[in-house]
Amino acid sequence: MSHKVLLDYGSGGRASHRLIRDLFLKHLHSPGLSRLDDAALIQDLSGPLAMSTDTFTIYPLFFPGGDIGSLAVHGTVNDVAMLGAVPKYLSCAFLLEEGLEMHELEKIVRSMALAANNCGVQVITGDTKVVPRGAADRIFINTTGIGRVIADPAPSGSSAEPGDAVLISGTMGDHGLAVLAHRQGMDFETAIISDSRPLNDLTVQLIREVGQIHVFRDPTRGGLATTLNEIALQSALEIIILEDRIPVSQEVQAGCSFLGLDPLYMANEGKFICILPEILADKALKVMRSHTAGKDAALIGHVQEGHRGRVVLRTSLGGQRLLDMLEGEQLPRIC
Amino acid sequence: MNLINEFKDPALCRHILEQIQAEARTPFRVMEVCGTHTVAIFQSGIKSLLPENLTHISGPGCPVCVTSDQEVGAFLNLAGKNLLLATFGDLMRVPGPGGHSLKAAQAEGARIQVVYSAFDALQLALSNPRDKVVFLAVGFETTAPTVAATLKIAREQSVSNFFVLSMHKLVPPALAALAADRDIQVNGLLLPGHVSAIIGVEPYSFLSREFNISGVITGFEPLDMLQSILILLRLSKQKQPKVVNNYKRVVADQGNPRALAVMQEVFIPGDALWRGLGNIPVSGLKLRKEYNQFDAWQVFDPKAPDIQMPPGCKCGQVLKGQILPHECPLFRVGCTPASPVGPCMVSTEGSCAAFFKYSL
Repeated sequence: MSHKVLLDYGSGGRASHRLIRDLFLKHLHSPGLSRLDDAALIQDLSGPLAMSTDTFTIYPLFFPGGDIGSLAVHGTVNDVAMLGAVPKYLSCAFLLEEGLEMHELEKIVRSMALAANNCGVQVITGDTKVVPRGAADRIFINTTGIGRVIADPAPSGSSAEPGDAVLISGTMGDHGLAVLAHRQGMDFETAIISDSRPLNDLTVQLIREVGQIHVFRDPTRGGLATTLNEIALQSALEIIILEDRIPVSQEVQAGCSFLGLDPLYMANEGKFICILPEILADKALKVMRSHTAGKDAALIGHVQEGHRGRVVLRTSLGGQRLLDMLEGEQLPRIC
Repeated sequence: MNLINEFKDPALCRHILEQIQAEARTPFRVMEVCGTHTVAIFQSGIKSLLPENLTHISGPGCPVCVTSDQEVGAFLNLAGKNLLLATFGDLMRVPGPGGHSLKAAQAEGARIQVVYSAFDALQLALSNPRDKVVFLAVGFETTAPTVAATLKIAREQSVSNFFVLSMHKLVPPALAALAADRDIQVNGLLLPGHVSAIIGVEPYSFLSREFNISGVITGFEPLDMLQSILILLRLSKQKQPKVVNNYKRVVADQGNPRALAVMQEVFIPGDALWRGLGNIPVSGLKLRKEYNQFDAWQVFDPKAPDIQMPPGCKCGQVLKGQILPHECPLFRVGCTPASPVGPCMVSTEGSCAAFFKYSL
């Protein structure tokens, strides 16, 4: 194969077949994918199913703690998991820019295979398109995931109830700051590493051992603040959050403070919010803290009737303020 | 000492707050003139804890907010020329004439790159030798030295495709204009920590000497701000106006001589138009004539025609602390972060945006 991605690879002809066989099948092989039919045959999923799709574009493609490949697997697997499901299969579509280095593509696909393996999911169908140079930025990946819902009822952003406790599975802001710092070539004394990781193992454990999960939601783009606002709006309730309970690593706190950014609006790729009846909070925290995906888990607030659709932050000084949704992306300050 | 946590210590902060409660017996108006203070006061919840007698006002401290409509019109003009613009992210959404913005210009095809420093903009010019790169230089004394240093490098290396549109402003002349304005009733000023790190203490001395107003140079952690407010209250009670440096861990009394030197080498003070405050003599920075070839005002002549403030917009009065953001008739009604009318609502450090974002 050429050492760069050529337009031929998206032609559907022999070149495409070579790419599928020598790269995609080599790393992502599964009984479903190896059939090479027009669609994947799923015979072992029934009952309520959860399905989610997401398209991934990130610069830089490789960052401390992950790359676009692992992110594309974790992101979709976690979204399926947030519906109280056991993610099982993924589809995967690549949009490649002509000229992309083949070794980079292989590194990404290898990383996807490893991530899928860690999540316990199989890639069973896929697609590749190559567009002329300049028509895309190196590589975009779309993944769709499907899995069986085991929580009954399935958790939903609209299912929070007054009196519920709000739990978070770990520190906030790591992914967003890691990518930003790496993109800008900023060196902090301690490396800041993306938290990209699968969450399905822990969410399944919570469903089975604790139950009554009202909401699971992963605070990805827009961070914790945005996701809590979405839940408050969907559930038409007020959420009260205690600032000093929110876990933020010292490195992220220092980095954000330096850049004038707020970790509560920074993206996370390996954390989730869990909202459930207060009486189950301790039990849930115990389960979370004994799992690597939730070792820094904390109870950060509660849900109440109050002002509908609003999130209030009680600051460590004892003051309170609105924790609003951002209008657009967060921008570092001028001075 | 852990500089992040020690200055947030809740017990210490509460202790100072109690003293503030005890001291604030009569109405007292304290103004900060730094966007970072504006945000920090809201973000930490201090705003909600101050006694009723104590009114906090955000003055002209956000560099984006004080950028005049003429300047906004000028850089939007530049976006219409075949140039590569390099800008701090804050400027992207600032509305100009007809609600146009850099963000809209970008969608229409203008080439605009968000950078984090002037040096990044110079790098952009070096790696795109066929493009003319213009850096949109807003900011106070904090930002100006880095822009000056970058211009020095560009001159030493004879870079011919790098330009700077200087819209820099100076804090002390604006404070002088505010202090002299009889309509503005301020009992004490929280002076900007970052700006002071460059200029030191002396440039503020006229506040107490000529206007009987105290000012305290203040850091950005909750304890810094609370302590400075307490100092202001006590100075007022003693009727001994003074300028105090309460941010000694960062601000040397003489400022940063090296930064000042490079700033003076590249820039020359000139009149500047401030939003809300109008023209203030020697309150801006222009490029010295040795740097003419880098001066985007000279090279591209982007001057925009005189522009009227959008009707109803009271950014000017907000910036002077004459009204609070929610007293503007457009606040939340016609002017929101999604469709801002004035820049105080655009910049994350603008007083209207902070009020909108954090007030319960």
